[in-house]
Amino acid sequence: MQAPKGSAHMSTSDTDLATLEHDLLSELDGAGDLAALENFRVSALGKKGRVSDLMKTLGKLPADERRAFGQSVNGLKQRVSEALDARKAALGRAAMDARLATEIADVTLPVRPGPEALGRIHPISQVWDELTEIFADMGFSVAEGPDIESEERNFDKLNIPSSHPARQEMDTFYLRGSEPSVAREEGTRKVLRTHTSPVQVRTMEAQDPPIRIIAPGRVYRSDSDQTHTPMFHQVEGLVIDESTHMGHLKWCLEEFCKAFFEVDSVKMKFRASHFPFTEPSMEVDIGYAKVGDEVRIGEGDLWMEILGCGMVHPQVLRNVGYDPDKVQGWAFGVGIDRIAMLKYGMPDLRAFFSGDMRWLRHYGFLPTEVPSLAGGLSS
Amino acid sequence: MKFTLDWLKDHLDTNASIEEIRATLDQVGLEVEGIENPAEQLADFVIAKVDHAEPHPNADKLRVCTVNDGTTTHQVVCGAPNARTGLIGVFAKPGVYVPGIDMTLSKAKIRDVESFGMLCSERELELSDEHDGIIDLPEDMASRIGERFVDVMEMNDPVFDIAITPNRPDALGVRGVARDLAAAGLGTMKPAIEGMTSDDGFDCPVEIDLRFAADMAHACPVFAGRYIRGVRNGPSPEWMQRRLRAIGLRPINALVDITNYVSYDRARPLHAYDADTLNGTIHARLGKEGESFVALNGETYEVDDEITVIADDNGVLGVGGVMGGESTGSSVDTVNVFYESAYFDPVRTAISGRRTEINSDARYRFERGIDPQSEIEGANLAAHYVKDICGGEVSAIAIAGAEPDHALTIAFDPALVAKLTGLDVKASECTRILKALGFTVSGKGKALKVRVPSWRPDVHGPADLVEEVIRIVGIDTVPSVAMTRDIGVARPVMTPRQLRVRRARRTLAARGMVEAVTWSFITKPLATHFGGGADALELANPISSELSTMRPSLLPGLLDAARRNRDRGFGDVALFEVGQVYAGDGAEEQFTSVAGVRVGTAELGGAGRDWNGAAGTVDTFDVKADAAAVLSALGLDAGKVQISRSAPAWFHPGRSGTFQLGPKNQICHFGELHPLTCEALDLSPGAVAFELTLEKLPQPKAKTPSKPAVDLAELQPVRRDFAFVVDANVAAGDIIRAASGADKKLITDVVVFDVFEGESVGAGNKSVAIEVTLQPRGRSMTDDEIDAVSQKVAAQVKKSTGGALRS
Repeated sequence: MQAPKGSAHMSTSDTDLATLEHDLLSELDGAGDLAALENFRVSALGKKGRVSDLMKTLGKLPADERRAFGQSVNGLKQRVSEALDARKAALGRAAMDARLATEIADVTLPVRPGPEALGRIHPISQVWDELTEIFADMGFSVAEGPDIESEERNFDKLNIPSSHPARQEMDTFYLRGSEPSVAREEGTRKVLRTHTSPVQVRTMEAQDPPIRIIAPGRVYRSDSDQTHTPMFHQVEGLVIDESTHMGHLKWCLEEFCKAFFEVDSVKMKFRASHFPFTEPSMEVDIGYAKVGDEVRIGEGDLWMEILGCGMVHPQVLRNVGYDPDKVQGWAFGVGIDRIAMLKYGMPDLRAFFSGDMRWLRHYGFLPTEVPSLAGGLSS
Repeated sequence: MKFTLDWLKDHLDTNASIEEIRATLDQVGLEVEGIENPAEQLADFVIAKVDHAEPHPNADKLRVCTVNDGTTTHQVVCGAPNARTGLIGVFAKPGVYVPGIDMTLSKAKIRDVESFGMLCSERELELSDEHDGIIDLPEDMASRIGERFVDVMEMNDPVFDIAITPNRPDALGVRGVARDLAAAGLGTMKPAIEGMTSDDGFDCPVEIDLRFAADMAHACPVFAGRYIRGVRNGPSPEWMQRRLRAIGLRPINALVDITNYVSYDRARPLHAYDADTLNGTIHARLGKEGESFVALNGETYEVDDEITVIADDNGVLGVGGVMGGESTGSSVDTVNVFYESAYFDPVRTAISGRRTEINSDARYRFERGIDPQSEIEGANLAAHYVKDICGGEVSAIAIAGAEPDHALTIAFDPALVAKLTGLDVKASECTRILKALGFTVSGKGKALKVRVPSWRPDVHGPADLVEEVIRIVGIDTVPSVAMTRDIGVARPVMTPRQLRVRRARRTLAARGMVEAVTWSFITKPLATHFGGGADALELANPISSELSTMRPSLLPGLLDAARRNRDRGFGDVALFEVGQVYAGDGAEEQFTSVAGVRVGTAELGGAGRDWNGAAGTVDTFDVKADAAAVLSALGLDAGKVQISRSAPAWFHPGRSGTFQLGPKNQICHFGELHPLTCEALDLSPGAVAFELTLEKLPQPKAKTPSKPAVDLAELQPVRRDFAFVVDANVAAGDIIRAASGADKKLITDVVVFDVFEGESVGAGNKSVAIEVTLQPRGRSMTDDEIDAVSQKVAAQVKKSTGGALRS
């Protein structure tokens, strides 16, 4: 059987093409860098390259062979071109890998902590915020007042007359005043408030019941030893309405202690006591366990005194213009520094006011540690 | 207040355990501070006899004793001079803890002779300071050899120490304590010793009188006394000494011990005079200027017309209710004694005590209020004990004045108990309790009439009666009741001011600053340096000059804290505080200040060296940034607040500034501190600080949470740089303001990116380079339009600062 005319020629050309393709692809594999690749591109696919040369022979072919030959050459051209691209990419990647292999950061070099990790909130401020959270939930707002108070608001209005022994025992700081000898006799000296109770007085003077406030703040007593500093912090609470009673006071303090110390239950012991501004008056002990140096509130069978409280004395109500037959209420007071020490295990009160960076860094709180009831106060 | 269990049982018939008594005392308001039983500490010491005492072979001063403890004998080496054959003493075996030397005994070899135990001195048992020899008991103790020392000495008597609140002078006597316990169900009261009948005896030879003006008669309304002649003073009986010693009092002699005993037993102070030293009429009156006396404590005191004195015809003998005199006090030689039993007014006693600065047990009691009905009883009790102990012949009572009016009857509705406490106590129980406490109750139902006993000066009204009932019932029995609360989510409660304080704190902490809390009072020189130090703000009674004057600024406290840190080796600190400062003593003159200091290299990015770039020394702009951050956090646009160059004198005059609103309202100072400020605080120069006064900020505007629509311009902003050469004194802020004002609509930002001084810009000049951002809207800007704006910028800057574009 005779082969169709031209087929012999075509098969010859196909063989040439196959050989050329093989040669070109081998050459490509041998190109080791981008420059060799460019040389190859010019010599293979350039205007005067070998593939282009082949195309130029197209015109010499018989018309019936041109089409098929042309398609074969184009196929060759495309495959070589693709192989070139692939080779180029591979070489580029290899070059990048080689470069990256030399780019090494010593990741063990330390980074500096940012300011947000360096700054601290003082434990007193943190506990103040915690108290605000807890009592806000129970409907208390926060009242504040001046540190320098009149004797009248610090003592007299609170049913502590000048002759009262409590007034001596409080170790009050008196301001010198411009005319000390004159003011002294009149009982109108200025004092550094010995408690935040004058804030209660101010609140009651300024508004009618119902009242629910806490009054946190700095207070001062002329006392200085291991467990006493001449300045410390106190939070007092005051509730006045027509019928609130000692049962509510107990509930409030129990809820407060549970929330503040973040425990499910607390044991509290209410003992009768005496304060001139409350009647009846109580002191409250809280149950705790001691594990090593750590105090654990809500566990164990030891007791410590934690706060004083009572029903607001009728005379105090009268002093602010209330009628004790129509309204009644209760108040309590607790040391902020004291409960901060208990909760966070700080041993020495004096260190609170030392400004020692080591202490502040250790016991202070991050600015991002904002107490919330939803998140747990200290988490 | 201390008492022993045995003493309590003189007044209270009870079988209650120590723990029951402790719990009940706590419950009723007589807080137990401690219960100690000396017997527990000394339980292992026994009575023993020295069978033989021989000289120590190797030491002259030691003896080798054979000690018989009733069971066996022990060889004991003893150094006491009185160790001798036949001595009956107190012996401790090896293994016994000896409190006086804080040591547990073990076998010992003393100069080559073995010793098994110790013969003890009083000091070794902590009974007294006596250590001249070992305890040497009378020979009749021979029958008790082998018994526990504490049993033989009847020391097995727990001592209660209770805290008495100032309202309970009655509980400063054992009988008063017993009364509370009986009311609380812990037993029944026993009848008290009544003393000698007033009228028995010869006429009292001592004349007494009260000499006060009518308006001061209350200072000492009644003065009673009894005279006993021919007494034999000496040591008081062992039972009385034991009780006094147990509560920490030193027995002196019978006549004095009796006054102390009656004080603690009945809360009735007495004073014993040697009647032979008195001259003429004993009288109470106010002192006179120039008078003085020598008190029992040997000190001389001046008196004046504020002070109640006891005097005779020769002058002042003592301060009434506070302390008697040395020359007229009873002594061991006293033969004729006169006992004073008076009532001194609490207020006047407090004044007398304060003015003489004498603290005494009598003052403590009279200040709180003695039972105004107890004068006769007190004198009669004294007579009883003296007659019993010292013999002698007792006069009839002498009385001047009359007991003060103390009668008080309170109308009481028992329902008030439930109203104030929430606990429903039956009216019958209220009545029972009040009666048990000595109140007299009459009337019915809601209209009880309650008469207050003379010894309860603290009870004035119905609320006090509620306290009496509830403390006896027990406050622990009051049920907790949930407070009413709003249904739904709790409302915010913080005021704008409080929110600002919280934000200021957390902003500064987030800037790497550490919050300190420093004293509100500082030294006067520092207060003065920082613009304060007025006399009115000085403490009249500071605890030290370091803490004497109210601070006008937080900076001295913070800088002092920085210095202390530096002295501990931490020189790079950034501290802040939020607290009160004081411009005056009125409420409106006390401000809340927010202040911070940076020292050393305590920059925002951290202090000290680092491989990635060391921190630089802090400068004015570190604290300007802090201040601006706080202002922003507090709702002010720090970019829009004016900045002036005036700052207080404690700042560097050139490197400091003030944020202010309008010409007068300076809200925040910042900058480098004056070198003299650093010197005053012993800091190296260069510390920087800011201080803001919260009250000077305008109230934050009330607004809804909704924010205005955001401006998301579709076109890219265009940025152009300008460099102006200006006089070196031109403020960069003026250039920025001028440039921004060139086209308020188009120009959205102006940033200074370079400030340069040097020869190339000419002496006295500086170059300030700014980048101006234009935000085209709607369509892109043409080059011509951009050029036009640029020219306006250059023209505005030139106009307001004289600056020329740098070529």
